[in-house]
Amino acid sequence: MCLSIPSKVVSIDQEKCTAIVDTLGVQREVGIDFIADEVKVGDFVLIHIGYAMNIIDEEYAKESIALYQEIIEKMEEAEKKQLINESDNCPGDGSGT
Amino acid sequence: MAVELKDFYEKFRDPKTIKALSKAINQEAQKLDHPINIMEVCGGHTHTIMKYGLLQLLPKNIRFIHGPGCPVCIMPKERIDHAYILAMQEDVILCTLGDMIKVPGSRGSLQDARSKGADVRVVYSPLDVMKIAKENPTKKVIFFAIGFETTTPMTVALIENAMKQKISNILYHINHVTVPEVMRELIDSRDEHIDSYNNQIDAFLGPSHVSVITGSKIYEEFPTKYKRPVVVAGFEPVDVMEGVLMIIYQFLENRCEVEIQYKRSVNRNGNINAQKLIEKYFEKRELFKWRGLGNIPKSAWRLKDEYEHLDAEKLYELPKEEIEDHKLCICGDILRGMAKPTECQVFGTACTPQKPLGSCMVSSEGACAAYYKYGNLLQEVQ
Ligand code: SF4
Ligand code: SF4
Repeated sequence: MCLSIPSKVVSIDQEKCTAIVDTLGVQREVGIDFIADEVKVGDFVLIHIGYAMNIIDEEYAKESIALYQEIIEKMEEAEKKQLINESDNCPGDGSGT
Repeated sequence: MAVELKDFYEKFRDPKTIKALSKAINQEAQKLDHPINIMEVCGGHTHTIMKYGLLQLLPKNIRFIHGPGCPVCIMPKERIDHAYILAMQEDVILCTLGDMIKVPGSRGSLQDARSKGADVRVVYSPLDVMKIAKENPTKKVIFFAIGFETTTPMTVALIENAMKQKISNILYHINHVTVPEVMRELIDSRDEHIDSYNNQIDAFLGPSHVSVITGSKIYEEFPTKYKRPVVVAGFEPVDVMEGVLMIIYQFLENRCEVEIQYKRSVNRNGNINAQKLIEKYFEKRELFKWRGLGNIPKSAWRLKDEYEHLDAEKLYELPKEEIEDHKLCICGDILRGMAKPTECQVFGTACTPQKPLGSCMVSSEGACAAYYKYGNLLQEVQ
């Protein structure tokens, strides 16, 4: 019940303390009681059982995505070397160790 | 680069990223001088680990221990009986969330109550409770509130909004529980058994959405007092893998601290508005019984005395005795992280999601249900 997926805020009704959010194309009304003073249209939020609980920090999201891309790039080089050196002995594939 | 909605689904589930993190974990884990047992406190993590087959991507010296983190799994039978009794009252509509209605109490489940004519409704949000109360002014609508820190604020938001709108026919049966207290209990109780169970908890993967509300600060005693690192990690597979890597780095670098993997939503202090609202209406119970784990001090909330006119637990006569679980069910050990679902004699035979004996099989986030559903993946590992 706490496994919410991110949604985008489409509109806000400060009177009613609710917002319309879009979760992969599905729109619904949610409560914004806990973030009413900061939330803006266009923000990404997490929804738990009908309430927006926080605003997802885009900077940090971007940062992690960039970090992962870096890891992949690095790994791909290491992967190449590994392929040559130890061919089939990668523990990550469950075949080794 | 702007973040798109789909990034949250795709980038944090990207198989290439998961693979790359798995390689990094395997490389770094080779440098460890002892195995690390990581408890994922929350069933949400268990689910991700099983669903994405993450166990297969980890080296043998990194192990997961599944923790007690599901509000449905830890609900003792006597409180399910409370719900059952309340539902059977005349003029009562009992509302609760999701899986709760399937869990068997000693008199039956809420589903059974429904088949006997009780008005039991599953709501997707406490907001729906308000609607039901408005539409049924002559009835008492009782909200059987469950959940960890993540869902507690929504219950108090319901209380607050109902008061503001002068809706007076909603009552509450509060079963909200808290994570740090059960973690503490698990360490204390397991350390006694440590000779017989070679599976000490070495580190915790903290549930991210709990910390969205509470902040990461609730875990600060674990590195200092208990010498266990905690990494607050998100529920996407990439989050879990990065969380594991961060724990390995702590051991390699001889650090022991609270770290946040899920920075995109969690900070040290959490949502202060939510915390204030909880304190306005709730206070800690002296003791709360967790299914399979027994009584844990200060591990759950109840309504403050000044709101007892809203408290179904006080307004109705409800039995107080404790009830034992089914003899064959080892949910208790599973919730303590001392047994795997597959070690239960009736796993997958007398106990299935269609006909659950214990709550670990009922809740879709329970460990038994996760093993049942994704068991094929597991067999490949073993
Ligand atoms: S409901 Fe699910 S996500 Fe929430 S605390 Fe329980 S197991 Fe974790
Ligand atoms: S398989 Fe069923 S009976 Fe066995 S521990 Fe899990 S829930 Fe309990």
